[in-house]
Amino acid sequence: MEKLARAHVLCCGGTGCSSSGSKEIIPAFKEKLAARGMSDEVKVVETGCHGLCELGPLVIVYPEGVFYTKVKVSDVDEIVETHLIKGRVIERLLFREPATLASVPDYDDIAFYKKQHRYALVNCGHINPESMEEYIGAEGYEGLAKALSMTPEDVIAEVKKSGLRGRGGGGFPTGNKWQFTRNAAGDKKYVICNADEGDPGAFMDRSVLEGDPHRVLEGMIICGYAVGADEGYIYCRAEYPLAIRRLQGAIKQAMDAGLLGENILGSGFSFTIHIKEGAGAFVCGEETALIASIEGRRGMPRPRPPFPANSGLWGKPSNINNVETFANIPSIMRDGGDYFASQGTETSKGTKVFALTGKINNTGLAEVPMGITMREIIYDIGGGIPNGKKFKAVQIGGPSGGCLPEQLLDLAIDYESLTKAGAMMGSGGLVVMDETTCMVDVARYFLNFTQDESCGKCTPCREGTKRMLEILNRICDGKGTEEDIPLLESLAKSIKAGSLCALGQTAPNPVLSTLNFFRNEYEAHIRDHKCPAGVCTAFLGYTITDNCRGCGLCKKACPVEAISGEVKAKHVIDPEKCIKCGACQAKCPFKAIDKG
Amino acid sequence: MGEKFAEKDLVKLDGVLADLGSQKGTLIPVLQKAQEIFGYLPREVLVRISEKIKVPISQIYGVVTFYAQFHLMPRGKNIVRSCQGTACHVRGAKGILAELRRQLGLGEEESTTKDLGFTLETVACIGCCGLAPVLMVNDETHGRLVPDAIKGILDQYR
Repeated sequence: MEKLARAHVLCCGGTGCSSSGSKEIIPAFKEKLAARGMSDEVKVVETGCHGLCELGPLVIVYPEGVFYTKVKVSDVDEIVETHLIKGRVIERLLFREPATLASVPDYDDIAFYKKQHRYALVNCGHINPESMEEYIGAEGYEGLAKALSMTPEDVIAEVKKSGLRGRGGGGFPTGNKWQFTRNAAGDKKYVICNADEGDPGAFMDRSVLEGDPHRVLEGMIICGYAVGADEGYIYCRAEYPLAIRRLQGAIKQAMDAGLLGENILGSGFSFTIHIKEGAGAFVCGEETALIASIEGRRGMPRPRPPFPANSGLWGKPSNINNVETFANIPSIMRDGGDYFASQGTETSKGTKVFALTGKINNTGLAEVPMGITMREIIYDIGGGIPNGKKFKAVQIGGPSGGCLPEQLLDLAIDYESLTKAGAMMGSGGLVVMDETTCMVDVARYFLNFTQDESCGKCTPCREGTKRMLEILNRICDGKGTEEDIPLLESLAKSIKAGSLCALGQTAPNPVLSTLNFFRNEYEAHIRDHKCPAGVCTAFLGYTITDNCRGCGLCKKACPVEAISGEVKAKHVIDPEKCIKCGACQAKCPFKAIDKG
Repeated sequence: MGEKFAEKDLVKLDGVLADLGSQKGTLIPVLQKAQEIFGYLPREVLVRISEKIKVPISQIYGVVTFYAQFHLMPRGKNIVRSCQGTACHVRGAKGILAELRRQLGLGEEESTTKDLGFTLETVACIGCCGLAPVLMVNDETHGRLVPDAIKGILDQYR
């Protein structure tokens, strides 16, 4: 038996922290501990994502639960010598609240975590994702054991009782979906996990797959038992290599332990799981397109009905849920549906993971009860807007969603309230925008995305998004006309009504939503030839002021040789040559270059 | 097949076809493996796959051109993916992409350097929004970018 360690050093090995250097920190800890002869008493664990990616690499020292941020290899010595040997906390590495700059030693006291209720993410960052024993130690596979002792009908009843709704965007009641697949005729059925997280700005599924892969497998096995399927597929983006590796490892461990494969836990129920790597197409997040892609075809959606519950993969009844949905299942089975349903709002139960990004202090993942307000998420958890800038809007729901302006910050968030406000839950990506973000440019950004990702099968989406993008490009280039706004609105209406799948049906939302709340910005571009946020380059010009000392740095920085001037004399920018890249302004040490 | 493919690579391809060729829905995994071997999907390779797994070449071409992951032209030794996700966009991804083009000497429509050292592509989101703006070189992610950092990052792979 392994010796019990007196302390644990948890190093985040999520994608965020690895790219900020955690890969070097883990061996450095091991080496230092070995040199001090402490390898047996202190255990170094590589965990999944803690969600506070901005401040990575993150290190947590237990039993105290001290949370260190932005740890470098050069800090490892001090953590071992001062903290692990002498027992003193290292003040300078502690997390500081953005609002007060006060340092917080204890993980659980940090505002970012305090308001969260981690249910799907409960293990992320706290267990070693490559160890099945740690998952089991954290009550893993208890839900499965309980489910297998119940009838499939009772399992579905429990999921229905929980009120869980699809976390991938649609918000369809999960229990009902399972029931449809169970009721469908046929002996061969499939369970599919949609891990094709394509919404730009959302990364909660990645975090669960990388940080707690067994939870997803357990959710799928329970689903297989409930709907009567013996085979499952995980369709995962190829852009997530670490997630795929962790899933492969977890499947192997579960097979070896008899939690997957033939006769699971002696129940007579058998289930296997395969991984399919996506090949890079956003539309494959749509369920019928995803099925086409698993079958080896172009990932194009088809009209529904028939729904996959009746005719899915290879024409067989198939139940598709998203990663976060499956991640909630094991705890729902273990704790009972009532516990899950005790949180959230009337129509939206439980918790939801949001990915907080953009112009916000604490970027990362936050899991909160439904019904929380956007203000609490952005200011209490997210720590507000950096650099003293003013909040303008928060975009929610990715390319299918919309934005919420300041006056809607106190809206209690659930599926219905967001749709009513012209946005949608989507997968839960929240991109915060401040006064320097141009809303017309944001709308153009999303249309550029959907236009690019439209599969081309139906005309309203293929042609409509392209025409809308052309109009938005025109407006951003300073060539918009008064007719453009009504034209955008009329096109949006036709595309929403006429498109085959959700990609097209929701593609106009970012435009409609920005037109609704920020029409004045569109009008400023068209009528006054101004971009109020100072983003659209067509309206910008750079000029050098009298602060110029003639150092010549701007001249060197300019990629198109648009700047001229003698040393120690004021320089000038040739507006004809200038491509408005802003490189000169970034380089000027005297703040002598104005944008406007 | 012509001289341009190494014999060992063709043997590898035949091995993949023998392993996966008979499975249901095998086309995409086979294409992924083939691209791993050859770096891209040359016509000759597609023809060989078509013959072995009995899928018409027209259908294979349809699949290859549908997915962003597949490439019909040779690619650079290093693949640089510049993230254009929403979070990266609002934190200055455009400037990063412009600097990448400048450093690699690529025009608006070009993606691969003449010496086949680098291929530059954009990606919708690599799910690393906390560190925006980000880019990936091969399997490594680089975050919190500013245009000045680009040269140093590329130099690590030159």
